[in-house]
Amino acid sequence: MLEQDVIIVEGLRKHYGNVKAVDDVSFHVQMGEIFGMVGPNGSGKTTTIECIEGLRIPDEGSLRVMGLDPQREVYELRERTGVQLQSSNLPNRMRVEEAMDLFASLYRQPTDWHPLLNELGLTDKRRAFYSQLSGGQKQRLFVALALINRPEILFLDELTTGLDPQARRATWDLVREIQARGTTIFLTTHFMEEAERLCDRVAILDHGQIVALDTPQNLVNRLGVSRRIVFQVNGQSQAISRNERNRVDSTVFNPALIGVIDGVQRIEQQGDEVVVYVQGEGLISTVIQALEAARVPFHNLRSEQANLEDAFLALTGRDMRD
Amino acid sequence: MRGFWKFFVMQFRLYLREPVAFFFSLAYPALLLLLFGFIYGNDPAPEFWGRNYGTVDASVPAYAGIIIGTVALMGIPIDTASNRESGVLRRYRATPLRPVVYLVASVLMYLSVALLGMLILILVGKLVFGLRFAGSWLSVLAAFILSALAFYAFGYLIASLASTARIAQTIGMVIFFPMMFLSGAGMPIQLLPEGLKRVSEFLPLTYVVRLLQGLWFNDPLSKLWLPILILFGILVVGSATAAKFFRWE
Repeated sequence: MLEQDVIIVEGLRKHYGNVKAVDDVSFHVQMGEIFGMVGPNGSGKTTTIECIEGLRIPDEGSLRVMGLDPQREVYELRERTGVQLQSSNLPNRMRVEEAMDLFASLYRQPTDWHPLLNELGLTDKRRAFYSQLSGGQKQRLFVALALINRPEILFLDELTTGLDPQARRATWDLVREIQARGTTIFLTTHFMEEAERLCDRVAILDHGQIVALDTPQNLVNRLGVSRRIVFQVNGQSQAISRNERNRVDSTVFNPALIGVIDGVQRIEQQGDEVVVYVQGEGLISTVIQALEAARVPFHNLRSEQANLEDAFLALTGRDMRD
Repeated sequence: MRGFWKFFVMQFRLYLREPVAFFFSLAYPALLLLLFGFIYGNDPAPEFWGRNYGTVDASVPAYAGIIIGTVALMGIPIDTASNRESGVLRRYRATPLRPVVYLVASVLMYLSVALLGMLILILVGKLVFGLRFAGSWLSVLAAFILSALAFYAFGYLIASLASTARIAQTIGMVIFFPMMFLSGAGMPIQLLPEGLKRVSEFLPLTYVVRLLQGLWFNDPLSKLWLPILILFGILVVGSATAAKFFRWE
């Protein structure tokens, strides 16, 4: 155990009925980092984060947050941590400034919330009722409430779910700023891109178990895949019925054609789209040559850097979006 | 007790911003009093209330039952269940707010609302109809608080047993409206046929009305021990059950 470990989870288990929501999860979170927990819905992220926050009682396992037991020392924990919950609300007719004032009064050492509102771009909305706020504004208000006690650790559960891409990017900047001030951040997300762009370390959760834990870069590198070449075959097949299309695909495009190329690791085909996972540079021209030599009509060919989504697929055998 | 008063004041404001709750607990009883006061006047009605009291004199303590019933059976279950359903209680729970502070502040707020409604009712009675009062203010206040707390416990129990706010609202209304008319709160019990009078004996609100009217007319305590005992019983059993079943999510 390192001295800078602010969250220590050992052998955490929690089940609901027959469902094992969290099944023997262990990890440490270091002071000052952005630690992300990613996985599809139902993978156990929220149960894990809520056990750490002291909102749920684990069946088994030991938890320490800054040396505190989240069950027995829950109020001390709440004084020193900030929590943004996945599904919560304020009363509809509570005003933004009233919420800030009320929540500030609940903590031992609240911060002055006026600059906080300003920072989160809510000063104009301070007289607005909670019900009058947009999704993004509500989310920012909850971040403001979670920061009102200058927390040492900030928990963010699915912070950007339901936000448009622009608001999501703005939120990422905000999270980085909070980290820059020395706050440790524990977040969950089901957006791989978010974890990749934001987190120092990522734990990938699937069926209640951690299948991998590392920096996003290491997780991608570990795949042995450096990039993907994606293209479409049989663009004209839209007019053809589904059965026929499958038949046409299998006769016109033969994956073995590309599979024999040195450096190609895996080929996947879904309908018209073919994804070729390759290791090493300069393989695009080889692939194009092979396709042209075999007179396979292709279009929309592009090359993509491998990302966490690929890592998830490789680790679990399933697509995140499925 | 950090945050207690802030929380109390906030809850009070939120309650007053709810137009339906505001109307039924603060305005409706006074409007009823004006309506029936102008119809029947407040001359002594010996066949109903004895030689010295009229309809308004008897209605004010009876309507206290409407105020308590509205807050307890509609306000508390709907507020509590919808705050639970929408995740407001979850958000409070993620702060250092102690559950007991939340509950005591809320109960005190509902008590203040009911007392405010009662004050408005008494003022209207006094100013418009020359309301008569023979008892002691202190004992009426004590009985009002006892009745309110007993009913509030019941309201929290409904909130906890109902799975959604809509169900809580339905249960509250199904219990409240018949009780309002059969307990003597909404209309004099003397107007009910014998069979329904029997029914009223099983309704808790009947005892609120009996106790408050009794104290209002300065009846001896020996005549009022039954309602006091019943309301205490409801308070104890109701609070214990409500505490056992209360849930944040």
